Amino acid sequence: MGVTESFDGGRLRAYLREPSVVLLAVAAVYLLVDLVAKLAGVSAGIAGVKLLGGHVPVSNVVGFVFDGLLLGLIIGLAGVGLSMTYSILNFANFAHGDYITVGAFSGWAAAYVVSFFTLGIDATFGEIILLNAPSLVSVVQTPLAVVVGLVVSALFTIALVLGLDRVVYRPMRDKEGIALLIASIGVALALRYVIVFFWSTSTRGVTSTSSESLPSFSIQVVDGTYTFNLHEVTMVIAAVALMLGVHLLLQRTKLGKAMRAMSDNKPLAQITGIPTERVVRATWIIGGGLAGIAGFLIILERGVLSYNFGWRLLLFIFSGVILGGIGSVYGAIGGGIIIGVASRIALVWIPSGFPRVAAFGVMILVLLYRPSGLFGGVTTA
Amino acid sequence: MSVGKRFWESLPAPIREDDTVLIAVLLALVAAAYFAIGGLQAFLAGSTVVNAAAQTLQSILFLSAVYGMLALALNLHWGYTGLFNIGVAGFMAVGVYAMSILAGDPGGLPPGLGLPVPIAIVGGVIAAAIVGGIAALPALQLDADYFAIVTVGFSEMIRLTLQADTFSGTVTNPDASGYNVVNLLGFSFGTGGGRGINTPLNSPFNFLFEGPLSAVGETLISAGESIGVTAPVVESAAYTTFILLVMLTSYYLLVQRVGNSPFGRVLKAIREDELVAQSLGKDTRIFKIKVFMLGSAMMGLAGILWQGTRGFVNPNTFRPLITFYVFTALIVGGAGSNTGSVVGGAVFAGLLLEGPRRLAGLINAIAEATFGGLPSPNTSWAALTSFDPAAYLGYIVANIPNLKFVFLGVVLVYLMQNRSQGLLGYRKEIASSVDLSERPGKPGEPGAAAAPDGGSNSGGDGDE
Repeated sequence: MGVTESFDGGRLRAYLREPSVVLLAVAAVYLLVDLVAKLAGVSAGIAGVKLLGGHVPVSNVVGFVFDGLLLGLIIGLAGVGLSMTYSILNFANFAHGDYITVGAFSGWAAAYVVSFFTLGIDATFGEIILLNAPSLVSVVQTPLAVVVGLVVSALFTIALVLGLDRVVYRPMRDKEGIALLIASIGVALALRYVIVFFWSTSTRGVTSTSSESLPSFSIQVVDGTYTFNLHEVTMVIAAVALMLGVHLLLQRTKLGKAMRAMSDNKPLAQITGIPTERVVRATWIIGGGLAGIAGFLIILERGVLSYNFGWRLLLFIFSGVILGGIGSVYGAIGGGIIIGVASRIALVWIPSGFPRVAAFGVMILVLLYRPSGLFGGVTTA
Repeated sequence: MSVGKRFWESLPAPIREDDTVLIAVLLALVAAAYFAIGGLQAFLAGSTVVNAAAQTLQSILFLSAVYGMLALALNLHWGYTGLFNIGVAGFMAVGVYAMSILAGDPGGLPPGLGLPVPIAIVGGVIAAAIVGGIAALPALQLDADYFAIVTVGFSEMIRLTLQADTFSGTVTNPDASGYNVVNLLGFSFGTGGGRGINTPLNSPFNFLFEGPLSAVGETLISAGESIGVTAPVVESAAYTTFILLVMLTSYYLLVQRVGNSPFGRVLKAIREDELVAQSLGKDTRIFKIKVFMLGSAMMGLAGILWQGTRGFVNPNTFRPLITFYVFTALIVGGAGSNTGSVVGGAVFAGLLLEGPRRLAGLINAIAEATFGGLPSPNTSWAALTSFDPAAYLGYIVANIPNLKFVFLGVVLVYLMQNRSQGLLGYRKEIASSVDLSERPGKPGEPGAAAAPDGGSNSGGDGDE
């Protein structure tokens, strides 16, 4: 399925003969028309039964789109690593979400220690290292803490991931995907509760949100405003820069070529002399580093840290990766953004309790209609 | 794993050869251990020994039995058909919630449909089967690990939907702004949302203790009290006995029967090589959907008999963690083996789930009795910097509920690395209807003389 297909008229006609595809297309067109009608504030109906339309402020929808983009960048950044390990090591790594959590806790502990020294906080070192002192860090007041936190989150997660690969996954290289998947669930559980053992289950605020330490900006949209703060901007810049870096790495370096070769055809890669173990290690380094940084950035944007946020994000990340196509780095980014935006835009139609349900629904639909993903990764069936 | 094998060989022949004896011996061992631990703890704390021991005993047997039931249902999906379903919690939730809604009081909060409980139970099981059928549709075309992701996503969708305020039915006034009762085909009901829902089966064996059969119950209670066991423990013990003897046994027999039927042979063929099964003219899609519905119905019923009997349930009960518990039980026992599923349920509940907690309780009780209790530092940092071994131990013991999961994770990884076939997975499966391995004159290999078990990962060793 990985072949590039030209979308000619014959194929389109073939698609349209499938009733399920027609149904999906009708549903999509209906939602689109409905969205436009809602934005314009008109309703249409037959015999008093409202079919579409209503009123939704434009600023709401713009807000949904931007929130979705933020979430999507997070999912995409974390998904790159998951997609790479999925395609090169051939298993769905359920511990990836907890790699993100580990990155966040290690990075924020480091950031707290730095701001403890730079700000001269009146707290014990125990409160600092356990992140129990209230909300200290912000890009404006403690830029050094943020930078150190980013670096530590990446390095600590890489070290942990390499260690786990050595102990858990390397002895299992020849086993099938399900055995590795189960082992990764074991790793996920163990990691999460080691964190709980040290940091407890309490949720804590870590970023300073007062207006002088965290400036926010408002932009005027048609009938309202959209407000964002400096941490969100930081996250977007860092995420885009990292994605660009991964792109250059995969396209311009020999390592990237070897990785792409290995995810395409492992035996062939081995025959041509690619040192597969070294490529696997490089994959873990990139994937783990990105997961750790993503963890740190997510908390920078959200402001609160809890022991299970990575695990809760994991299904979102899987959705994005599957949507984009396993093994495709651009797919992971694009899929993540689509899942993020879709889960927020869905709030136009569905109640606020359901964005996660919508995201998982989109994932299942994609698996049913286009198992290879939108951007054409390896096959899923 | 030669150690495990040697241990197995060293067991007396009747235990190795008869699955019923094996299960009975294992359950008896677990029960005896917990009876002793519960009693010892009570003795150290100075309360009634017999009552505490009986309470511990019945609770561990109950947990062993429900995990055994769920593992058997999962075995039908994964062990027999190779469908790696990690959405067990979702199907349990559907069963429990459907039953609770069907039997709920129409004037209650949330309103229910007010049907009799037995009909509601049947309805819950049917609902679980239908949802299972829907969930199986993606299974028709997906690889195992994608299917795993879809099922866990599906179970989360179910849980989040039950949790959402939109269908909760907590605001019953139609004119109020937050009106959220579901009206479907003239029936009004709600899920209770994040607050949870009352289950009608509060204490399922009440009929033994009140009404026409109360003589039976009174006899049991007075028998219990004569040896020092209180009435509530006797009531729970009656239910545990029912779960263990009736439900677990019928689950076992049902899965065994399905596995040995022509239907079950097709399932095993799908597990080994779906293409071959299709080439032999079997419509594997139909088989997959059917077995998925059957297994989901069993999960729904197990959920009803377990979570549905506590009087109250909320969506947080059905987090993916409980699914991981069930498949850990199955992996411990050995996927594909029915005896293994039951053994796995008991070993999981006895050692992995309850073991650490009991151990911590025992350590605490001993410490209380000998030197007045362990110090309990508030944070890991306080513990770490105290440089006091007693504080280290105190912090660890206080954190056993969390460390249990670390232990569970390590066990999962260890099993996957060293013994992915589980405790009983290496026994050979005999595919023919008569036991060919008992032919006279043929030197029996180890394990070949074992009774025909439901299946194993090395399936297809026998002659067809």
